[in-house]
This record gives sequence, C-alpha cells and structure tokens, in this order.
Amino acid sequence: MSTPRTLFDKVWDAHVVRPGVGDVPSVVYVDLHLVHEVTSPQAFTVLRERGLKVRRPDRTIATMDHSTPTLSTGGRLTVLDPAASRQLDALSANCAEHGIPLYGLGDDRRGIVHVIGPELGRTQPGMTIVCGDSHTSTHGAFGALAFGIGTSEVGHVLATQCLLQSRPKTMEVRVNGALRPGVSAKDLILAIIAQIGVGGGTGHVIEYRGDAIRALDMEGRMTVCNMSIEAGARAGMIAPDMTTYAWLAGRDEAPSGEGWRDAMARWHELATDDGATFDRSVVLDASEISPMITWGTNPGMAIPVDGHIPVSSEIPDAANERAYAYMGLTPGQCLIGQPVDVVFVGSCTNGRLDDLRAAAGVMKGRHVAANTRMLVVPGSQRVKRDAEREGLADIFRAAGAEWRESGCSMCIAMNGDTVASGQYAVSTSNRNFEGRQGKGARTLLASPLTAAASAVAGMVADPRSLL
Amino acid sequence: MNQPWRPLSSHAVLVAHDDIDTDQIIPARFLTTTTRSGLGTHLFADWRYDASGAPRREFTLNWPTSTGARILVGGRNFGCGSSREHAPWALADWGFRAVIASSFADIFRSNAHKNGVLTIALDETVLHATQSALRTDPSATITVDLPGQHVFLPDGAGVAFAIDGFSKRCLIDGLDELGVIVAEIPAIHEWEVACGR
Ligand code: SF4
Repeated sequence: MSTPRTLFDKVWDAHVVRPGVGDVPSVVYVDLHLVHEVTSPQAFTVLRERGLKVRRPDRTIATMDHSTPTLSTGGRLTVLDPAASRQLDALSANCAEHGIPLYGLGDDRRGIVHVIGPELGRTQPGMTIVCGDSHTSTHGAFGALAFGIGTSEVGHVLATQCLLQSRPKTMEVRVNGALRPGVSAKDLILAIIAQIGVGGGTGHVIEYRGDAIRALDMEGRMTVCNMSIEAGARAGMIAPDMTTYAWLAGRDEAPSGEGWRDAMARWHELATDDGATFDRSVVLDASEISPMITWGTNPGMAIPVDGHIPVSSEIPDAANERAYAYMGLTPGQCLIGQPVDVVFVGSCTNGRLDDLRAAAGVMKGRHVAANTRMLVVPGSQRVKRDAEREGLADIFRAAGAEWRESGCSMCIAMNGDTVASGQYAVSTSNRNFEGRQGKGARTLLASPLTAAASAVAGMVADPRSLL
Repeated sequence: MNQPWRPLSSHAVLVAHDDIDTDQIIPARFLTTTTRSGLGTHLFADWRYDASGAPRREFTLNWPTSTGARILVGGRNFGCGSSREHAPWALADWGFRAVIASSFADIFRSNAHKNGVLTIALDETVLHATQSALRTDPSATITVDLPGQHVFLPDGAGVAFAIDGFSKRCLIDGLDELGVIVAEIPAIHEWEVACGR
C-alpha cells in the first residue's frame, strides 16, 4: 500500500516537472496563471528585454481590477488617474502582443481576478494556480493549490509556465461542530487568524477540514481560503466534494459531458487519505465562534463583535499600543456603538453574490444611517448583473447605499474610492493595515452581515440583533 | 541579472515594529508604476512623511545617522501582507542590501532574494539585543558574511543564520533565476506532452 497523502501532497506531486537537484528547488508546473494590471508590467518588460515569449497564453488570463473606476459615466468607465491609465494600457498592449485573453474595461466578464477565475470555471480542483497577488489562496477553496507570487516569478511563469519552488510544510485546521446563526465564513476565518496569529501559517499550506468546513457553500469556502495569507500561510485548501461539483457544473470553461464525469472521478481522488499526517494541526469548535470584528491594524487583532478590545498586561505590548493610537480606540472598549463613517461591502473576500445576498437581507426595508456612507461593490460584472436581476441592487439603492461597477475599489483604495483620514470604516475586505483604505483610514474588518447591521445603526452593531 | 554580492558592513536603520506589512513598506497608491526604478522615495511613505509631505523627525529613516545605511533591522514577521515586489524594489532603491528580523513572510523573503536584498532571520532574543544596541548607538556597525552565513552584531558577536543554498548562490553570483528556469524549457515541454498539458 502506498503512503497516505494529504490533498496538498497529491496536487504538489502531480505537478513536479523535475524534483529538486542539489540546491536547486523543484520545477513545479502551473496550470493556470492569472494576471492583473498592477503586478505584471515589469514582468512583461523583462520578457521583452530577454527576447522571451509567453509560453502558454492559453493557460493565462488577465483582468483589470485594482485601479479601475467603479462609477461609470454614460455607460463607460473612465480612468482619471494618468498613471493608472498608463498601467491599464500597458496590460492591454502586453496581452495583445502575447495573445493572452484579457477581460478589460467594458468586458461583461471582467471582475476581481479571484472572483472571475472560479466564475468562469477556469479554477478547478487539483490544479496549480498562481497570480502576482497574495489572495490567490482564494482558489484553494476548490481543492487547487493556489498561491501568490512576486513580479519576478510572474515573469518566470509567463516565460516557462513553471516556478522554482521548495516544498512547503502542511498544516491542518480542523473546525468541528456547526456555526451558529449570524456567524459566517468571514467570522470563522477571523477567529482562526486570531488564534494562530498573522505569522502562524508561515511556510505552511493549510488544509481546512471538519464538519463546519464541509457545511460551507463555495462562497464561504472562498472567503476562508482567501484570508489564509493573513495568517501568513502559503496557501489554503479545501478538498472538493459535491458542493464543489454542483457549483462548477455548467460554468463556461468547466468540463462537460464525458469530460465532466472523468473530471469528477479524478477530483474525487484528491481528498486527504485516512492516516495522512500534517506537520501541524489546530482544532477549533465552530459553535464557540461569534460574529468577529477587528479593532487593530492587522487581521489577527480580532474580537467577538460584542467583546472588548484587549488590555495590555503589565508589560505593554508595543504592537497593541501602536494600534490603539492609530485606531483612536481605547483598551477595554466594547466596539458596539462605535460610530462608523463608511461601510464597504465588496472585495475578493466578500464581494460574491452570496455575500451581497447576506448584506441585502439585513438592508431590506431599512436605511443606511444619516452619519454613514455605504458603498456596495460587486466582485465582478457577472455578480453585478446577477444581483441586479435578483433585486439586490434595488434593495441597496432604496436603503441609501451606493451601488457600483465591480473592482477592488476601497479594499486597496487605488482607484479613488478611499476612506478619509481618521474615519472609521467597517469593511468586508481582508486587510486593516494602516492606510490600506486610504491614508489615515481606520478599518474594522467584519462579515457582510455585521457590515450591513453597522450601516443601518451608523455604528458598530451585532448582526444577531437584526436577524 | 543582479550585481554579484560584495562584502557588507554598514550602520543600520532600526524600524523595530513586529508585523511590518508591505502596505507600510510601500503604500498601494505608489503601485501604478510600470517600472521598477525610483521607488526608494516612497519607502515607508506614510511613516516617513507627514500630511504636508515633510519628513517626520521621529522616524528613524529620516535621521541623519541613517544616511548611507545598507541594513534595515525590523521585528517579527517582516514583510507580511501583499505580494508586491515593489517592497524589495523600494528597499533596494533606497540602498538597503539586507534586512534583519526574527522572521519573514514567505513571499517577501522570496521577492527580496530575487532583488539582491538578503533576509537574515535571527533568534528573537538576539534580535531584541540588537535592537537595544542600535537604540543606544544608531551608528553601530553590523557586518554580514554571506558566504560564511554569519552576521556580526554591534557587540561584535558573530551569529550564524540560515539561508537556502539556492538563494545564497543566486545572491552571491548575482545569478538570475529566470535564466535557470528558462534552461528547463525542454524538460517542461516533455512533461507537458507526457502529462497531457
Ligand atoms: S479585492 Fe483587495 S485583496 Fe482582493 S485582489 Fe483586490 S486589492 Fe487584492
């Protein structure tokens, strides 16, 4: 009998073109390379300087998301920032030169890179997927090995379809039990990061397992895997099952007919074998998790929404002290009732249809508080259309929220959608770093439910009070 | 192609926080560039400049003693967050050739080594001692012996550090990984045929 292997082991082993020799790491094949405007131009320049071609444009797709406007004028998206505009033009030119399919401005399949990959059916179980973007971990929700790379490595993949990689370690995060009402995948991943720490997953690929993970829908699984990087992990993975197949079936680029049956049979083999071991293991009980919110300046600084900001013990914790000062919050404070200037619903973490449904469910028949601005940015143009068809956009508009075109928007504040200095934003995105949503902006990360409840209250609110 | 490694002995800039993320190293609003050059001016922009754009006196990078420094000393989990290679580009453009911390985020570490910036992870107690030594004497010298994998801290003590053999060789020879992987194309092609890609 062969040695029991983990999901990660199986995907990794199936993509090693050449194992490491001497000090040179393994050559690992990349099935799908996702490209966006911000981290690719310098890679294309290097290719040009070396006279290299893009080896597999058919395994590469590009989109525009980070610096794209979310307000259209006369049905057109106009980029006002000249530097952003040049960068988008560079992507168009590079894709045209190398024959890479591009979902550019105006394309109805455009959207955030980690939203459109799965949506198009390009993201599939057992694949290796990379992108010059740390949240590539999102695609692990399908049982793919997906991770972020730097621009030099983007160049390596463009030129060879491979990367030089040393084998990471494995970590099991097992979540037993069931989430309580009002507690979502976002709360679960914030609780996991709070437990293992922002560097807790460094050097590891996490596999999320257990009943609470199995019970999540694909949107929820993507939310969990998306934030694996916020725990420092190289990637996050969930073994594919019927939920995965049901979500993928019929997607534009998913296999069909005979091919679909073959694919399902192959995908079914990916699950971690009984008796396989992980380098590390962490266990959580889902029923103990509350709606979570961050109070500080990294995603590990999270507390139950009705909890209290930690107080430094006798030895003041330097990181906490800095975070209190930047956030203008007091140790021991409960965040419920903290006035909120902006609510942002969107991003590759929580900008999918299900996330918008959750937020709209809270907003229906209610109104955004007078002191608060609410921005709802769909993760892709398809999510936007679907949400409009379902009447979600109408609910948001009637509630006084702004309904926008898709993109990264206020998650990274590169496109003019920013939170002003000193303002508080409850955001469904993934990073509460200093200045992430605009210079001096103060971000509180939370679920779509908590964000919507806070928009209605005009202050941080517990969504369970509105369910 | 990076420059081959040259001996490194320099005073250091201390930015002693833990979990310094790449959004701090270079904020996202500077990422609309299509080149790699000139990013040193934006290094730590939001900690370095006030709202009017004037240098903040209290930030170590602005101290006169920091001029010409080639080594940055940080805290734990340096370079976490975004995969932006603009972070090591900005560090290298400012003049840094090594970052000392107690741990590094994976992507940052990989990006740094591809741009001639060595990452040195020290034991937390040794790092804290180094941080205090630099607080006392910001002009203290640190010497890095990459071939011998030792760093000589302000107190003169030599401490061994780990680095994977391939990164070490690439840094020492100024070797570019692109060349190494492009040489694998025939093998990659064979694999693609055999594995139905
Ligand atoms: S939504 Fe935010 S985290 Fe996701 S890809 Fe865009 S900028 Fe990155």
